[in-house]
Amino acid sequence: MLQVGRPAREWMTPFNVVAGLIVLVGLYFIVVRFSQGLASITDASDDQPWGLLLSWGLFAGVPLSASGFALGTAVYLFGMKEYHPVVRNAILIGFLGYFFAVVFLLIDLGRPWRIYYPMFVSFGPASVMFLVAWHVALYLSCQALEFSPAALEWLKLKILRRWALALTIGLTIFGVILSTLHQSALGAMFLLAPGKLHPLWYTPYLPWLFFLSSIAGGLSMVIFVGMLTQRFLKRHADAPYLASLEPISLGLGSAASITLFSYFALKVIALAHGDHWQLLSTPWGYWYLVELLGFVLLPCFLFAYASSRNNVTLVRFTAIWTIGGIILNRFNVSLIAFNWSLPDRQLFHWKELVIILSVVTIQILTYRWIASRMPVLREDQQYQSE
Amino acid sequence: MKTGNPRHAFHRRGFLKRAAAALGSSFFSPHSGSVLAQDFPGREDRLGMLVDLTRCIGCRRCEAACNQTSSLPAPEIPFGDKSVFEEKRRTNAKTYTVVNRYPNPQRVGMPVYVKTQCMHCDEPACVSACLVGALKKTPEGPVIYNADVCIGCRYCIISCPFYIPAYEYSNAFEPKVQKCFMCHDTRILKGEVPACATECPVEALTFGKRRDLLVLARSRIMENPDRYVDHIYGEREVGGTSWLYISGVPFEQLGFPGNLGTTPYPMLTREFLSFVPLVLVVWPALLGGFYLMTKRRMQEDRAESGEPKKPEQTLEA
Ligand code: SF4
Ligand code: SF4
Repeated sequence: MLQVGRPAREWMTPFNVVAGLIVLVGLYFIVVRFSQGLASITDASDDQPWGLLLSWGLFAGVPLSASGFALGTAVYLFGMKEYHPVVRNAILIGFLGYFFAVVFLLIDLGRPWRIYYPMFVSFGPASVMFLVAWHVALYLSCQALEFSPAALEWLKLKILRRWALALTIGLTIFGVILSTLHQSALGAMFLLAPGKLHPLWYTPYLPWLFFLSSIAGGLSMVIFVGMLTQRFLKRHADAPYLASLEPISLGLGSAASITLFSYFALKVIALAHGDHWQLLSTPWGYWYLVELLGFVLLPCFLFAYASSRNNVTLVRFTAIWTIGGIILNRFNVSLIAFNWSLPDRQLFHWKELVIILSVVTIQILTYRWIASRMPVLREDQQYQSE
Repeated sequence: MKTGNPRHAFHRRGFLKRAAAALGSSFFSPHSGSVLAQDFPGREDRLGMLVDLTRCIGCRRCEAACNQTSSLPAPEIPFGDKSVFEEKRRTNAKTYTVVNRYPNPQRVGMPVYVKTQCMHCDEPACVSACLVGALKKTPEGPVIYNADVCIGCRYCIISCPFYIPAYEYSNAFEPKVQKCFMCHDTRILKGEVPACATECPVEALTFGKRRDLLVLARSRIMENPDRYVDHIYGEREVGGTSWLYISGVPFEQLGFPGNLGTTPYPMLTREFLSFVPLVLVVWPALLGGFYLMTKRRMQEDRAESGEPKKPEQTLEA
């Protein structure tokens, strides 16, 4: 009994208790949603059919999960070996991001038990969302396979691991294709709503803006989560991983800076293309400038400055800032500047926020569970020589 | 409808074809993407409705008829009650059509009543949005819906430029998209006129072939140039709609979405979709090339540093 009692007390850390409570309340609301319909927990209306659940879970969640494809490309296709220590972590972040994007989708779909219909039952190939559905499903499987060597090492399944490893290059290339297409497709979805999305955000360049910014988002997530692991999961990491974190953050910072610069340039081109300069002096214009200057151009400079000065702290701060900027952009497009011309809009219901907090908590706990068991932040002793 | 029963809809070949389509390869073939503008499948003699706003008296009998024929729940405020005009209403999951009142700037005291419902676009945004093909433009004209395959993503509602489709947010188990189906199953297929048009006491609604309705609308405008503004709303808007409106007051003053343009909405995503096969072909070649370059470089490095060359060794370990 004593033996059982002690681990239980150890388990009752303040973090776990708070996390547990949030999860419970969120799960309760999810049960309510599935017994009484979406109206019971969201502010969805006929004018505003999508809300915070999708803005966060899908539109912000997917670009922030571009980490796997960005790092996979760098390490496996371009041979940037110096980034190898974080590649597994990047793939894990990506995989969980997609997995939980699907979880949010399941909560938000009217009939989630039909989620496989676009693949097997009834098809709408002219829909951009059809493309998104297929690609997210394929990419989720692709990332599961990409991450599988870590799980197989943990399970000590040597032969399977060898097979899984043999797929790496193929999977990485497949993953880049899928990512290019569905990251941009998420933006392309809004091309179908020209009258509803504010003209400052509506542009035929939306798909490419979404794609470019997703790379910056993915890189920033690797920097940010790397920092968290250094702080909280140190004992599950090995020395090479920990030693590599800071130089890698600096390198990723300058890569993110370049990406953000292209993103900024394309945003300005889009603005010029739409010839919407005069809108900049309206309240929506000010809000647009906050995003453009404060959350694209500023982090672009900060990243460049910080990595040239070897200032890891500033790189990390900028990564968090950039993540905020990506979330802000996706919220603007899918929620805030959407239906901007309609009077009295409710943006979201507080219960949606609780559900999001709850699912994100589960996501963090899942990440911690995996990263503290499988060789993610370290190399498995057995395979180190390879 | 072919997709009426999801169980029959699953064919292996169909699946493979669609899987290919999803990956983009179907865009190579001339037969794919039938929703795209060039291959608009609408029949020449497709049906439509002409609404003459100068005739409508706001009696709301069309609303009542629609409610009854579509078996919708009784409204909270009865159809005879004029107080509903105090506020602007929109279609919702229990109401396929609404009549709103607008002031008439030309003749004060003679308000304009506007009936709103699905416009049954010729190339509907909602149809091109639906990822399971639950919404379809029928050859007869109406845009119809198959609740048996709808997954409830509500992208159709996002895309509709007229703010028409509604969703049953309070229904946990069988929520449906709701909108006017132009009485397609209940009346048109039986050769009958949609319920709203039969009930209208002043012939503000004329049902017929869209072609003929355009001629009729044009002749009314020509014969009474003082009575009408010279615009048939729906003739060109978003590529044309089955429902057409003529009015004495400019449409922008009557709550009609202005400047929608004449481009059919499916065209808006066409360019993006046509880019898909390009990525599918170019990316693997490009990335594979990069990989081979990298691999070679690493082998050379290794050879220089005197390590034995291991050709099968790749980067992944
Ligand atoms: S009006 Fe809206 S719902 Fe009706 S066919 Fe057009 S896009 Fe679809
Ligand atoms: S809600 Fe239903 S009908 Fe509308 S796009 Fe989604 S699956 Fe299609």
